[in-house]
Amino acid sequence: MGLCKYSRLLGGVAIAAAAIGLLGGTAMAATELTVYTAVEAEDLKKYAERFNADHPDIKINWVRDSTGIVTAKLLAEKNNPQADVIWGLAATSLLLFKGEGMLEPYAPKGLDALDAKFRDKASPPSWVGMDAWVASICYNTVEAGKAKLPLPTSWKDLLNPVYKGHIIMPNPNSSGTGFLDVSSWLQIFGEDEGWKYMDGLHENISRYTHSGSKPCKLAASGETAIGISFAFRGAKSKAAGAPLEIVIPSEGIGWDMEATAIVKGSKKMDAAKTLVDWSITKKANEMYNEGYAVVAMPGVAKPVEHFPPSVAEKMIDNDFEWAASNRGRILAEWQKRYDSKSDAK
Amino acid sequence: MRPGAGQAGDTRKPFLRITDLTKMFGSFAALRDISLEIYEREFVCFLGPSGCGKTTLLRAIAGLDIQTSGRVEQAGNDISALPPSERDFGIVFQSYALFPNLTVKKNVAYGLVSRKTARATIEARVAELLALVGLPEQGDKYPAQLSGGQQQRVALARALATSPGLLLLDEPLSALDAKVRVHLRHEVKELQRKLGITTVMVTHDQEEALTMADRIVVMNQGVIEQVGTPLEIYRDPQTAFVADFIGTMNFVPGVVQGPGRVRVGQLDLNCEVDGLSQGAAVTVAVRPEDVLVPEGKSVSENAFDARVGDMEFLGSFFRADLEAEAMGGHGLRADLSINIVRRLNLNRGDMLPVALPGERIRVFPGQ
Amino acid sequence: MASQAQAVAAPALAVQPKLSRDDRIMRGFIVLVGVWMVIAVVLPLYFMLSKSLEDRAGDFVGLVNYAQYFSTPALFYSIGNSLTIAAISTVITISLAFIYAYALTRSCMAGKGAFRVVAMVPLLAPSLLPAISFVYLFGNQGIIKGLLGDNTIYGPIGIVMGEVFYTFPHALMILIVALATADGRLYEAAVSLRAGPVRTFFTVTLPGIKYGLISAVFVVFTLVITDFGIPKVIGGQYNVLATDIYKQVIGQQNFQMGAVVSVVLLIPAVLAFVADRIIQGKQTSALTSSSVAYAPKPRRSYDLAMTGYCALIGFLILGIIGMAAYASFVQFWPYNLNLVLKNYDFDVMDGGGWASFTNSLRLAAYTAVFGTAIIFTGAYMVEKARGFGAVRGAIQFLCILPMAVPGMVLGLAYIFFFNHPDNPLNFIYGTMAILVICTITHFYTVSHLTAITALKQMDREFESVSSSLKVPFYKTFTRVTVPVCLPAILDVSIYLFVNAMTTVSAVIFLYSTDTALASVAALNMDDAGDIAPAAAMCMMIFYAAATVRLLHVLVTRGLARRTQAWRAR
Repeated sequence: MGLCKYSRLLGGVAIAAAAIGLLGGTAMAATELTVYTAVEAEDLKKYAERFNADHPDIKINWVRDSTGIVTAKLLAEKNNPQADVIWGLAATSLLLFKGEGMLEPYAPKGLDALDAKFRDKASPPSWVGMDAWVASICYNTVEAGKAKLPLPTSWKDLLNPVYKGHIIMPNPNSSGTGFLDVSSWLQIFGEDEGWKYMDGLHENISRYTHSGSKPCKLAASGETAIGISFAFRGAKSKAAGAPLEIVIPSEGIGWDMEATAIVKGSKKMDAAKTLVDWSITKKANEMYNEGYAVVAMPGVAKPVEHFPPSVAEKMIDNDFEWAASNRGRILAEWQKRYDSKSDAK
Repeated sequence: MRPGAGQAGDTRKPFLRITDLTKMFGSFAALRDISLEIYEREFVCFLGPSGCGKTTLLRAIAGLDIQTSGRVEQAGNDISALPPSERDFGIVFQSYALFPNLTVKKNVAYGLVSRKTARATIEARVAELLALVGLPEQGDKYPAQLSGGQQQRVALARALATSPGLLLLDEPLSALDAKVRVHLRHEVKELQRKLGITTVMVTHDQEEALTMADRIVVMNQGVIEQVGTPLEIYRDPQTAFVADFIGTMNFVPGVVQGPGRVRVGQLDLNCEVDGLSQGAAVTVAVRPEDVLVPEGKSVSENAFDARVGDMEFLGSFFRADLEAEAMGGHGLRADLSINIVRRLNLNRGDMLPVALPGERIRVFPGQ
Repeated sequence: MASQAQAVAAPALAVQPKLSRDDRIMRGFIVLVGVWMVIAVVLPLYFMLSKSLEDRAGDFVGLVNYAQYFSTPALFYSIGNSLTIAAISTVITISLAFIYAYALTRSCMAGKGAFRVVAMVPLLAPSLLPAISFVYLFGNQGIIKGLLGDNTIYGPIGIVMGEVFYTFPHALMILIVALATADGRLYEAAVSLRAGPVRTFFTVTLPGIKYGLISAVFVVFTLVITDFGIPKVIGGQYNVLATDIYKQVIGQQNFQMGAVVSVVLLIPAVLAFVADRIIQGKQTSALTSSSVAYAPKPRRSYDLAMTGYCALIGFLILGIIGMAAYASFVQFWPYNLNLVLKNYDFDVMDGGGWASFTNSLRLAAYTAVFGTAIIFTGAYMVEKARGFGAVRGAIQFLCILPMAVPGMVLGLAYIFFFNHPDNPLNFIYGTMAILVICTITHFYTVSHLTAITALKQMDREFESVSSSLKVPFYKTFTRVTVPVCLPAILDVSIYLFVNAMTTVSAVIFLYSTDTALASVAALNMDDAGDIAPAAAMCMMIFYAAATVRLLHVLVTRGLARRTQAWRAR
């Protein structure tokens, strides 16, 4: 019995190990797509359901995380890609992947219906846009009232010393939103003025967060009076009952878009193309519009509740190529100037 | 070195033959060129101080720590390189190594179960063994519920259960208190005699070796000093080490004067010098009980006067410290019978005539 | 010398011991443990080291990355920050834990059992929990924010407070053991020589616990400098090495710089580890068999003071847990304090939802079951095999190596190694298996040493007796070794379970969406600003760990009752 039991134990270990492997491994069925996304967790189910209404034969296996992490993951897997499609990730990340040769260029059906801003300029494009994701200021009326802070209406307003220690913004090194802010200021004010602006703003910042939605959530919960974040987040928090005012600064706002692409090396190219085709349909754009005020297909967008109405006209003419190609330089400069803040204190 | 004579003579074939056995631990030689023969049904003790290599030798015989070089043969087979499981022995350790979570019965049956013996046969054998070691009623207890002596007997029963050809005992009694130890010495010896099993026991206790062994192997620093019966070892130690280690011994330095004569202090002693040349520095050894007090006026060999120092009463005799000017001031311990002390009314400081019988004096080379 | 002569002559007659089947099986297993360690520790670390010497394209560039690191103040300042935090936290934790341990072992205060349990509570929580709790206590909307004056909790103050909470039980356990094994005779001698309490403390108490104290210092220092959860949540702008690795890898996708920071973090961890090993080696036979256990005598005011102290610490520990528990039910801090369950609706939030909690339970269960089986069996083979000395020594070393590797470093090293396209094992990347392997490895050393200690207490001749009776070793292993060591085996499994539930550092780089974990989910929710749900998830981890711990106590009690017949001595 002794040996039997022993070998059974070993066998058990092997089987269980194999089972763990299988459970965690990628799915096998031909109609299953592994889709990487940074779309809000609460929306994923809706996205899959709407898509499946038209294409019940393709099952989406979501891999969701925040923009920085999904980007890191895709880069880490560059030599051994796990994803078939990227659906809902910052265009700046997709530009990065394009530069690394990680994307499969594809012109989806109905490409011409999209706003020219919302697609890769190359033909066929490596990625196509979905919706715009715009910067904004979340202003907590209750805390601002206590601290007697006026409502800012422009980016420059934030330089007012009265805000010292009351502003939180995302760290552009880890947050897509943070980078979007920094690159937009450099575009709005010009390089020199832009850095000068940030030098001044830095004096008022209490801390930089890793995530882009956190400043708005911290403003919503009163941890700070002002959070530099993005409008979508602010609208959601406001809907949840936070005493927030969402400010669209008068100088214009940086934005990025969520976009879709096929990962080079996918073994399910047909299904992947079907999904990308669907992702730019009118139906899909209407779905994006339920959360975002600006979407890729002109004429579709309707106003979104709690969303400031002036968003579309305040969006700057964002040069994504410039932002992507100067990303490393900008971040290094930013890090040099501000990341050792706590040590300088 | 003279091979000691077994009780039944040397004509039998050896059951266990060890040839040129050496065990190295790194560059340290724990055993050096050990050769030894052990006969069937014999009870042999490996005796020596701690670190002398006796346990190492036992473990080499068992295959637990295989020797660096040399041969071990058991019952005519070369077992030098075999793992313990392919040898034929039972073993009892100082710690007994009883399985604490198994009952006495299960401990004893441990080696039987694996041999696919029928349950009833096993139970009968366990009962028989427990009766043999005098624990017929204790089978359902756990080891922790038994006394040390009882645990020792369970370990013995477990070792004997598979009827091995050789029984190895590694200091089996040294964890017990003195009284139990004396009692068990007798029992173990009886059991061994009854079963006729060839037995090797390791001990550092000379009394244990003298009372139990048919032959004693005295070891020191990885070599065998002497092999012999208890009496031979005691009466005729071949080396100063053995003389010192077994029993009590007086040692005094001397110089060989010529055939049969050794000078100690101003005294010339008659004794055997066994081929040592004149002028050689030697150590003269004599046991306290061999220091005689001559009766009446008879002239004795090697007689001289000594002053009585401390006298220690040891029950049946006194052990007296003597100091003899004639011996150059060297002290000498002597066992004096109660009668002599009483008759001579000996007290500290008294002068006492003593004599050392020549045939009881041992002379070892070197000082 | 004769022995040298022998050494020269010996080879001619040298005996080549024949291996039994037992020997072959045991050696096979020992080699497997070695292979595990090489695959799970050595090779990943090697890949990480080489990654730190490569550029983004993967070409060897020598020390360029290091030069860049040390010329970037934002990066290398973190070294000083990490050391500062670790030093301050160590001093505070050791001081607090020492008095607590002293009260538990050297006073006659009431409720020692309860105080001991309360002090162990932090072990059941992920290190994020105290940090999150401090946000609610001392943050800008914190309920006792005023206590900090004008200082912010987001920074060194918050990190140190969190680390003290997190490391307190670790220090306490070591100090209790050190203080409990005092020789009462020395104190009697001190009293009879009329030494005052201060003199007795410095001449008897302190020397007696010297090694325990030093060991506790190293353990706490290492825990703090390698901890990631607390500085991540409450560090604000105060960068430390562990968060830098995360920032470099996750925030900036700069894997090379992540590897460089990892190597930098590895250095103090390895130094502390080596120093601790050296001191542990010296700590032999502090007690002799003739020692008499020290028994404190009742002293009213002293015992009361000790009770007060322990009650205060206990209150703080429970208060911190309680704050997180309370906050997890609050609807919208601080504007709507209604108690609701919405923060537990993880499925509509970032991080992986309720599935991440079940994943954590699965990870913890697999880690406990397979980890205990592998570690205990491995320890048994290494400890009890016959011969094979050199290999056993090497494996023994490999088994204590993981302790020197911080979790963040291990996790990052796993990315480099297991996700390498040429690695035949890369199929486990992104699966539960890699999380299990990583977690077992991360917590291997303590488990291994626990198993070795238990095995050393077994009579070393059990195996000899078995082989003389021709019983194969695995039978003795299952019939004797495992039952006798069952308490230690349960200790190891519970240790692995709880740590697998609470750990965040190593797994943060390795989970996939299918295998999101509760602790990582809590971290990500906090990262996204969803602090209340993060607190809720931490509490779920805490409840799970506490439940399992409670089960463990009950099982151990039952076991003790069932086996008292043969354990009684």
